[in-house]
Amino acid sequence: MKRGGEDRRRSVCIQAPPSGESLQKTSMSDAAVLSIRKASKSFGPRRALDGVSLDVRKGEMIALIGPSGSGKSTLLRSISGLQTIDAGEGVIEAFGGLVQENGHIHSGVRQTRTRIGFIAQQFNLVGRLSLFTNVALGSLGRIETWRGLLGLWPEETKAAAMAALARVGVADYAGQRANTLSGGQQQRGAIARALVQQAKIVLADEPVASLDPVSARRVMESLRDLNRQDGLTVLVTLHQVDYAMRYCDRVVALKAGRIVYDGPADGLSTPQLIDIYGPEFEDVFWEGAPK
Amino acid sequence: MTAVTPTGIPGPPRRSLAQRAPDILVWGAVIVLLLISFGPVNMSQFVKLFTNSENMREYGKDFLHPDWTDWRLYVDKMWLTIQIAMWGTCLAVVIAVPFGLACAKNISPPWLQQPMRLLMNLLRSVPDLVVGTLFLVAVGLGPFAGVMALAVNTGAVLAKLFSEAVESIDRGPVEGVRATGATRLHEIVWGVIPQVAPHWTSFALYRFESNSRSATVLGLIGAGGIGQLLFETMNAFDYHKLSAIVIVIIVAVTLIDLLSQLMRSRLQ
Repeated sequence: MKRGGEDRRRSVCIQAPPSGESLQKTSMSDAAVLSIRKASKSFGPRRALDGVSLDVRKGEMIALIGPSGSGKSTLLRSISGLQTIDAGEGVIEAFGGLVQENGHIHSGVRQTRTRIGFIAQQFNLVGRLSLFTNVALGSLGRIETWRGLLGLWPEETKAAAMAALARVGVADYAGQRANTLSGGQQQRGAIARALVQQAKIVLADEPVASLDPVSARRVMESLRDLNRQDGLTVLVTLHQVDYAMRYCDRVVALKAGRIVYDGPADGLSTPQLIDIYGPEFEDVFWEGAPK
Repeated sequence: MTAVTPTGIPGPPRRSLAQRAPDILVWGAVIVLLLISFGPVNMSQFVKLFTNSENMREYGKDFLHPDWTDWRLYVDKMWLTIQIAMWGTCLAVVIAVPFGLACAKNISPPWLQQPMRLLMNLLRSVPDLVVGTLFLVAVGLGPFAGVMALAVNTGAVLAKLFSEAVESIDRGPVEGVRATGATRLHEIVWGVIPQVAPHWTSFALYRFESNSRSATVLGLIGAGGIGQLLFETMNAFDYHKLSAIVIVIIVAVTLIDLLSQLMRSRLQ
């Protein structure tokens, strides 16, 4: 059953992924910062992920696209260990360390998470705390536990938080409660939190889906900037294919929990998009379909 | 489920008998229970409220002439009662925070949450008069026994309310904190507590209100305060003084209610 799924996925795969897809060993190559091997996840009878394998190299900016329910969010949440994948041969590794295996989150995941920033569609800021505090929370994994518990941020964290807020352009709102800010401001706050976290990988789950186009562009530009300037690896799920093509180098398309395209952003053609999204594929272009 | 009419437009949704059955069952049961209880609680005496109203008027007449000679004592004792309520509620909150978190399904593992719930249910179901008597035996007559009685009972009630608040939080911010590599305790302090803080404060204030009433009743078992004075005066059939004491209680409790309502409305 699983084998058959794997074969079918290969046959639909339009372009061979750049890093050896047939790589079966669990240890990653040096350049790879993320490695997902045969990850499956079922929610009841529904398969959100169906034997997904993916290698992500350092410094890549990858868009995960696909229709609703294709497993994009599930994949990102599994990489961060916020959710388990099904027991079995599925393995997820980050920075060469185990995140989860055989349906169990690895005990050392906390250490791995400190280097993985997670940005969510609903920003996941704590609404009643100030933007500054929210961003300072990024340092929780690195500072002493008791300081983190009492909110006694070290000077270094304070400076880093303000620098991060200034970088994404929301430093003026540092003292405001997060829930008084607009969606775009909150999302940039979430990016600042990942900066304070000193994340090496940023996982962004539909970061612009709740934003207006102007805010969305600023958020995407912030992510692109982190990728270009700081060499961060960015994995972003997007509903809008034009954003994927404009801001990302590599596009991975999921459909019903399987990878159906993995290749350069400009390699996506109309027939492939129809294959992924169906005949209404133009709906997934926010600012107009190409051609 | 909707049926499609020949025009293709689905008809209005209709609830089947199976869907309505729980409603019918619940309301039917309520009515049956009320009918069964009619006899045992002597509901047939309801008419006596009107036929014997003369007796009530006689009794009530004394209340119209409160005796204020000892008003300083009343205010003093009322203040003691409020102090009992304050400390009782404060200790209750101290108890309820850890236990409330331990009872919450979404953050506490089942092996901890199940026994904790059981313990809280147990504590909650013991009337505070009984708990108070228990502490009287331990620490002797006086306000401290009252404080402890309120603390235990309110602690268990607040633990339940606190845990329900925790169960209704938004998971997003908690995951946001978790994703930074924070520990479980960090998640609670930064992800959970800020979300429930206004609700918790509101519950604690509300319990303080009702504790100022309960603290009065605790005077019955010798926990001091205005309650003790109330029962002593009642047993002496001195209705003029009793009236003054009751007025002091009403004014004080009303003021506390108003104050706490004001504070609660400013939360959020």
